[in-house]
Amino acid sequence: MVPRSRVVIDRGGLQALIATLRSAGYRVIGPTLRAGAIVPGEVAAIDDLPAGWTDEQQGGQYRLRRRDDDALFGYAAGPQSWKQFLFPPRSLLWRASRIDHGEVATEAGGPVDALAFLGVKSCELAAIRVQDRVFAGDGVADPGYRGRREKVFIVAVTCGSPGGTCFCASMGTGPAVGPGFDLALTELIDGNRHEFSLDVGTDRGEEIIGSIPSRPIEPEDEAAAHRVVEGATARMGRTLEVGGIKELLYRNYRHPRWDDVARRCLACGNCTLVCPTCFCHAVEDASDLAGQTAERWRSWDSCFSLDFARVGTGRVRTSMRSRYRQWLTHKLATWIDQFGTSGCVGCGRCITWCPVGIDITEEVRSIRRTEEA
Amino acid sequence: MGIEPLEVLLRDHPFFRDLDESDIQFIAGCGRNVVFEPGAYLFREGEEADQLFILRHGRVALEIMVPGRGPVVIDTPEEGEVIGFSWLFAPYRWRFDGRALEKVRAVALDGVCLRGKCEDDPKLGYELMKRFASILVRRLQSARLRVIDIYRP
Amino acid sequence: MTVPAELPEALLSEPMVPREYRVVSRRRETHDVVTLGLEPLHGPGSPVRPGQFNMIYAFGIGEVPVSASGDPAAAGPIVHSIRAAGLVTRALCDSHPGTVVGLRGPFGTDWGVDTAVGHDLVIVGGGIGLAPLRPVIYSVLANRERYGRVSVLIGARSPADLLYTSELQSWRSRFDVDVRVTVDVAGGTWRGPVGIVTELIPRALFDPASAIAFVCGPEIMIRFAARSLVDHGLDPANIRVSLERNMKCAIGLCGHCQLGSEFVCRDGPVFTYARVGRLLAIQEV
Repeated sequence: MVPRSRVVIDRGGLQALIATLRSAGYRVIGPTLRAGAIVPGEVAAIDDLPAGWTDEQQGGQYRLRRRDDDALFGYAAGPQSWKQFLFPPRSLLWRASRIDHGEVATEAGGPVDALAFLGVKSCELAAIRVQDRVFAGDGVADPGYRGRREKVFIVAVTCGSPGGTCFCASMGTGPAVGPGFDLALTELIDGNRHEFSLDVGTDRGEEIIGSIPSRPIEPEDEAAAHRVVEGATARMGRTLEVGGIKELLYRNYRHPRWDDVARRCLACGNCTLVCPTCFCHAVEDASDLAGQTAERWRSWDSCFSLDFARVGTGRVRTSMRSRYRQWLTHKLATWIDQFGTSGCVGCGRCITWCPVGIDITEEVRSIRRTEEA
Repeated sequence: MGIEPLEVLLRDHPFFRDLDESDIQFIAGCGRNVVFEPGAYLFREGEEADQLFILRHGRVALEIMVPGRGPVVIDTPEEGEVIGFSWLFAPYRWRFDGRALEKVRAVALDGVCLRGKCEDDPKLGYELMKRFASILVRRLQSARLRVIDIYRP
Repeated sequence: MTVPAELPEALLSEPMVPREYRVVSRRRETHDVVTLGLEPLHGPGSPVRPGQFNMIYAFGIGEVPVSASGDPAAAGPIVHSIRAAGLVTRALCDSHPGTVVGLRGPFGTDWGVDTAVGHDLVIVGGGIGLAPLRPVIYSVLANRERYGRVSVLIGARSPADLLYTSELQSWRSRFDVDVRVTVDVAGGTWRGPVGIVTELIPRALFDPASAIAFVCGPEIMIRFAARSLVDHGLDPANIRVSLERNMKCAIGLCGHCQLGSEFVCRDGPVFTYARVGRLLAIQEV
C-alpha cells in the first residue's frame, strides 16, 4: 500500500512516540520480556522493550537467545498475540438483577481503555484484519469488539527476524506490513546506525507524529527497508502451498493422515490458545445462590474440547481425528467460505507451542503429496 | 359378490408383478383365499409354520408377547405386502404372533407345497427367492434403524 | 430460497441480551415435552417465521435454541415446544404461567413455505422434529388451495411420544391432506403402522419431479429420509431439512454450531439437502 508519508526516526524519536501516545491518553502495550518469553506488556519507555533479544522456535520448542545487536523488535512471535486485548480471554457480557414481579434490570460490561499497540508484526496485523472480519464483518457485529477496536492505535513493525516456524510469506501476510496500521516502522539497524523508517497510515497517525523529531527518508533508507523485507522473505522457517488448499481439504475428509495426526495430538488446545485468529468462545450463564443476580460471561473455548460440538444430548466429535480435522479444516478451508480469507496468517505459533510439535504445514503437505501420488 | 380365481388375485398383487403366467398358475395351485376378522390371529409363536400370506386387504400386527409389557408390535405389513417367512427354513416354526388389526383378506399359500415346487423348478425358486430377499432386506433395514433408537434423548 | 432474517434493531445493538417474556400458557404434550406460550413484558414481540428459532433463557441457568412451533398467522403469544433434556430445558419445562424467562431472536433461516406454492408437499417429521414443522402445516392448511398434494408423514418412538395428538386427529379428518403416522414400536392397543418413518414415503402420493419436502427430526432420520426421497425421484435442492447443533450465541460468532463451513444458527437451521447432504454423510464433521 502507498503510505501517506515516510520519514526516519531514531531511538529518541521512538521514545518520543511512546511518550506522546501516553500523554494522548493511550496505554501503550508493547513487547516485553517475561517468564522466558517475549509477550505484550505495558510499556512506558524504550527500555521496557526486549533490546537485543531474539527467539529460536521449532516444533514444540521456544527459547530466547541474545542477538549480537540491540534491535528492539528482533524476534518473531511470542506465545501471546494481540487477540487478548481486542477479544479478552474472559469478559462479562452483562449482569442482571431481579426486581419485582420477576422483572429484571440489566447492565452491560464496563468502559474500555484506549490502547496503543506498539510492535504489531505483519502477521499479527493480518490476524487483526482477519478477526475484524469475524467480529465486525458482514454478520452481526460484536459490540464489545467494535468498541475496543475503534479505540486501538496500531504501530506496526515490519518483520526482520522470522523464526523457525514462520511462513507468513506463504500466506501473503508478511514480512511487509499490510493495511490497517496508524503507523508502521521498519527497524534499520547495522554497525553504523539504529533508526526506524516510519510510514503513516491514518490521520490519527499523522497527528501523533506531528511533534516527534524526524528526518526525511532518503533513497538509501528505502533500499535498507526493502532489504529487510527481502532478507526476511528468504529466511522463512516453513512454507505452505496455498494453491487450491480449500478444495484439497474438502476432498480429503476421509484421508488416513487424520488418523496419523490423531495418534500424536493430545487435544491440549494450545494451538487454539496461541493462535491469533481463533475466535471460538463459550458463553456461560451463572447466578448467585439466591438466584437474584445473574451474569453472562464470555470466555475463550477450543474446538478440541470433547463437548464443543453437540447434537441432541450427544457429542459430535468424540474421536481425536475428527477434532484435529475440524481445527485444521476450519483454519485453512472453511474459513475461506465463511469470511473470504484464510484463517491462518503463518505466524507459526501453533507449531511452536504444540507439546508434540505437530506442524500444520507438514500435515497439509502430506495430504497433498498422497493426492498427487 | 363374485369370487375371483386365485390367479387373478395373485397377478394383481405387487409381489407377483412380472412373473410368468404359468408360474402364477403353478403357485395358485398352492393357495386358498382366507379372511380374518379384526383381532384374529393369523399365526401364533411356536406353532408349525406352514404358510405365508399374500395380503390383499388390511393390516396385520407382527407381535411379541413380552412378560410384564404385554404384546409389543414390531411391524405392520399391510395390503400389497407379504407376511410369513418362517416356512422357508427349518425348524419351520412361527417366531412371532400375527394378529389382524382390521379385517384382513389374503391368499394363504401352503409352505410345503411351495417349497416342493421351488425344489422342482429352480428357475421359479430363484425368482421367488429374489423377491423374498428384497422384502427381507427392507424389513431388516427398518429393524436396524429402530434398533439404534433414533429418538433416544 | 431462505435468506437469513433481518434482525430487529434491539438485537443488532445488544445481540447477547435477552428480552423479558412471561409464560402465559403451558401445556404438557408428552412425558418430556411441554409447550409454552410466551408474551413480551415490554413492547411488541418479534414475529418468528416458520423454521426460525429463539434463544430462550432460564434466569441464571442458561439458554437454549428452540424452534418456533406456533401458528405464524395467529396474533398473540409466541409458541415453543420444549423437550426436557438438560438443566435449562428442564427448568423451562417446569415453568408455569407467570414465570419470566428471557428470549433473544428470532434467528436463522426459515422453511420458505411461500416458495413452495404450486408444488406437491411432503412433510416428514420424526419425534420432536414435528415441532418446527407444525408452523409449516398450519400455514399450508390455512392456504390449502395454493398447494398441490400434501402429505404429512410422522414418526415417533411409541404412541405415547406422539406430539399434538388432538391436532393430528383434526388434520387426519380433512380430505385434502394425507396424514400418516407410524411408531417404532407399539403396545397391543395401537392399530396404526409400526416401523421407521421413512417407510411411509413409498406410499405417499407426490409428483417427484416437482415435489418439495420439509424434513425434521433426529439427524440420522433426516439422513435416511432425505436419501429415500432422493431415491424416489426428488431433487436434493427441493428437500429442505432443519438441522440442530448446540448454540451459545446464535449470531454466528461463538463457533460451536459449525457444520463444515455452515453456521447452523445463521446459515441454517433450514438448509437444502443439496447444500448439506454431503456433510451429513461424513462421520463426525
